[in-house]
Amino acid sequence: MQKYDLVVIGGGPAGMAAALKAKECGVKKIIILERAATLGGILEQCIHAGFGLHYFGEELTGPEYAHRFIEQVEQTDIEVKVDTMVLEIRNGNIVVATNAVDGMLELHATAIILAMGCRERPRGALDIPGSRASGIMTAGTAQKYVNIDGYMPGKKIVILGSGDIGLIMARRMTLEGAKVEMVCELMPFSGGLQRNIVQCLEDMGIPLKLSCTVIQTHGIERLEGVTIANVDENRRPIPGTEQYVECDTLLLSVGLIPENELTRMAGIIIDPVTNGAVVDENRQTSRPGIFACGNVLQVHDLVDYVTAESQIAGEGAAAYIRNKPKGRNRYVSVKGRDGVRYVVPQNINENTDKDVKLYFRVADVFRNARIIVESDGKVLYNKKKPKLAPGEMEYVVIKADDIRALEKKELVVRLEVQQ
Amino acid sequence: MQYDVAVIGAGVCGAMITREMSKLDLKVILLEKCNDVAMGTSKANSAIVHAGFDAEPGTLKAKLNVQGASLMAYYCNKLHVPYKNIGSLVVAYSWDDMKTLDELFERGFANGVPNMDIISQERLREMEPYISEEAVGALWAPTAGIVSPYELTIACVENAVLNGARVRRNSGVFDIEYKDGLFSLSTASGVVKAKYVINCAGVFADQIAKMIGDTSFRIIPRKGEYYLLDKSEQKMVSHVLFHCPSKMGKGILVTPTVHGNVLMGPTAIDLDFDSKLDLDTTIEGLNIVKEDVKTVIPALSTRNCITSFAGLRAHIDSEHADFLIAPSKANEHFINVAGIESPGLTAAPAIARYVANIFKEIAPQYPRKEQFRTDRPAPIHVNELTDEERRTLVEKDKRYGRIICRCEGVTEGEIIDAIKAPCGARDVDGVKRRTRAGMGRCQGGFCGSKVVEILARELGEDMNQITKFGNESRILYNRTK
Amino acid sequence: MIREMICVSCPIGCALRVELDDGGKVLSVSGNTCKRGEKYAIDECTNPVRMLTSTIRVNGGSLPVMPVKTSKPIPKGKMFDCMKAINNEVVDAPIKMGDVLISNVCDTGADIVATNEM
Repeated sequence: MQKYDLVVIGGGPAGMAAALKAKECGVKKIIILERAATLGGILEQCIHAGFGLHYFGEELTGPEYAHRFIEQVEQTDIEVKVDTMVLEIRNGNIVVATNAVDGMLELHATAIILAMGCRERPRGALDIPGSRASGIMTAGTAQKYVNIDGYMPGKKIVILGSGDIGLIMARRMTLEGAKVEMVCELMPFSGGLQRNIVQCLEDMGIPLKLSCTVIQTHGIERLEGVTIANVDENRRPIPGTEQYVECDTLLLSVGLIPENELTRMAGIIIDPVTNGAVVDENRQTSRPGIFACGNVLQVHDLVDYVTAESQIAGEGAAAYIRNKPKGRNRYVSVKGRDGVRYVVPQNINENTDKDVKLYFRVADVFRNARIIVESDGKVLYNKKKPKLAPGEMEYVVIKADDIRALEKKELVVRLEVQQ
Repeated sequence: MQYDVAVIGAGVCGAMITREMSKLDLKVILLEKCNDVAMGTSKANSAIVHAGFDAEPGTLKAKLNVQGASLMAYYCNKLHVPYKNIGSLVVAYSWDDMKTLDELFERGFANGVPNMDIISQERLREMEPYISEEAVGALWAPTAGIVSPYELTIACVENAVLNGARVRRNSGVFDIEYKDGLFSLSTASGVVKAKYVINCAGVFADQIAKMIGDTSFRIIPRKGEYYLLDKSEQKMVSHVLFHCPSKMGKGILVTPTVHGNVLMGPTAIDLDFDSKLDLDTTIEGLNIVKEDVKTVIPALSTRNCITSFAGLRAHIDSEHADFLIAPSKANEHFINVAGIESPGLTAAPAIARYVANIFKEIAPQYPRKEQFRTDRPAPIHVNELTDEERRTLVEKDKRYGRIICRCEGVTEGEIIDAIKAPCGARDVDGVKRRTRAGMGRCQGGFCGSKVVEILARELGEDMNQITKFGNESRILYNRTK
Repeated sequence: MIREMICVSCPIGCALRVELDDGGKVLSVSGNTCKRGEKYAIDECTNPVRMLTSTIRVNGGSLPVMPVKTSKPIPKGKMFDCMKAINNEVVDAPIKMGDVLISNVCDTGADIVATNEM
């Protein structure tokens, strides 16, 4: 069995940033295990621009953003195994993987970073009644066909869900000659970035139908059309608003699910809201020595934030490898309330010596709401924001001194909404 | 090419019967209208091996069910098909229901179902910890089980091919002529001549029979809708769970599948005679399933649904619909195997033997072959191997180390095996049924495009010629540039 | 003439109202909460530009197409012309990131450059 200080599972932006940070912090033997044929993860098929504005201060395409990290990885002695699928984490420290070169691999790890990313919610999870015709796929699958394989999956398209991948694909398919009939969004607002609504839909003349969903698919072999309907405030279709739309393709952009199969198998506690691991401010999970970052921890909208989060995990793993701490950590628990769906990290070491960024998402669109962080009635943060939306991840910074001074070991992030 | 026997329809019965025919010294061809076998009722049903207490004593259904249930383990073992003898429970919610269980027990006893028992609430809870509080007892039938119906069909076809049978897909029969002791079957892929015809066309069996002037029966497509839940719900149910039958019928069942998912359904809606392609799921149907299952296992989370689907049962249009398995009155060289609805899957091995006996009577001239291979090579499923076996395998063939489907852990090697098998997969759904690639929780989101790529490469076609399930179900259109 | 638009300079998404004269000259911008909104409105009304990203066909590469972008934003109205120009081109591997594959595409002053290597 080969021994490593750090095994990073996943070679996308999260895994690369975490591994590089750990290397920078002095970790010696690091390996990245990546299931695809190259490093870069999903960025390889995200050929549009808009990445890196926060981190690099310039606008890059997905492959360009990935390439900057790939180059850095290549300049270090971090080992990389591509086309390698991790099957299991045994005893919390043995990573079992398979690939075509080594057959079966067993790697002993002092620390492990989980960076497996996320997957798209498929049709089954949506319960759209109708036929099993071909031509129904997730927006990300279509993105791979168009951008990597060079094929069009259809000519006349309806997109369900206004997540960013759906919006990006609306423009991409239009540029490649398809007719995108519309984007339907179940909610009364889009979960995508405003810029994408303008540049992907308005520029291309594609209507965005809010509070609208697909209630039936038609066609026996290839999709021939969909029935759409408006929905009420409880997201139920309103009878009488049904409309048939002819199309040969239905793209789904209805949410992302962190890929936590390995995490669950390893017995790590999962947050039911994020569907990612419960972590502390170093992104350490409930299993000491196992860290998580990127979309496997919480679904991000900006890769720049993935990078930042993964660097925290890399640093945390490096400290763990250096100190090999024993005993249980004592935590301040962090909770979201009153319009705050979740907060990451969910726990903070009560004696933390670093200021902590609390990342969170809100449940609805709010204008001029106050973000309040408090503990047992004591307010640590209180600031008004002109706009908050579920599609945009927010963060606030809490000082280490303030955390250490807490009497009640609980922090609450909540909104105060103006009536 | 002239054949002795043409079997129409490659569902589980057609496949089993073709396999029986391949034991004889004759030329047999299996004709299927779709791009693959097991494309009708055999791919979308409850996947249950029924113990046999449902059918009226004295019917063919009763007899062949009990026989089939006892044969299933042997067949699945020989043919390397997933099968689990988990037993079934008919759950009672009232003392009236308990009385019904007694009746079922008696009926089962009359049908020859072995080892049944009526169990207490306490015992039921031990066996099914998540069962509804309302449940008061159950009928326990240990001979019931679960099986993979499409894998059983595929395995039988493969075995039959190894024994010399021919299979022609995309060969729907649209006309039959009979002249000088020979049937001429006009199919989508040309004319096939045969001395005997066995009609296993499922919901289309009446239309096939009509081609020789047999209008003695009609088949109503009876739609059933199902939900398939994620493996994370696996612990919620351990046996096949039926409702106690009421005037509402046998109702909706909840069961584990052989692959560790939870299946719930079906509804029962009779469609028009001309709606035999209607496999649409409906809001109404799926809601019925959801609501009904809550009464059995209230804590079962339908949020963990990974897919829903509908199947059609071939129901004979008559009050006491039994299996119709007999030479046609219009032509005794034409055997109808029709109305094979539940418990058709369970009965299939017995149906095949029953048909073989009928055939022997009308065509005694064919002796048994000297050599008949009873098994097929076991398909490799790497995630069922030990680490050591896996290591050895990958050393021999690297392709077994390259995972294509992440959710189900399916490798490139397995997908290639499925394509290269006798009567191998030609489309994405065919690969899925043989290997489970795309059957997991992401439903092919990641591996779909890779499977298309592998199919294109192995079949020597362009990627945009690859279909989901044949004909016009293409996945890709033109190249982008 | 009045044009309404939503500012995309930041997530707030101010609803902008732009007053234009007959020649398309911006007379006033309102609804913005910062300077960037005003600039966005004027740019969108007088010279809207976009980055164009696409793929180009490759000979002898590991994949049939590779990603490209315009080296700078191009006039919004020229996106489809540029797509045509890109679609008519086939390039030969090997290609490095940043290689110019089409220079001065459709007289926009922008080049089509590779955004990956192959």
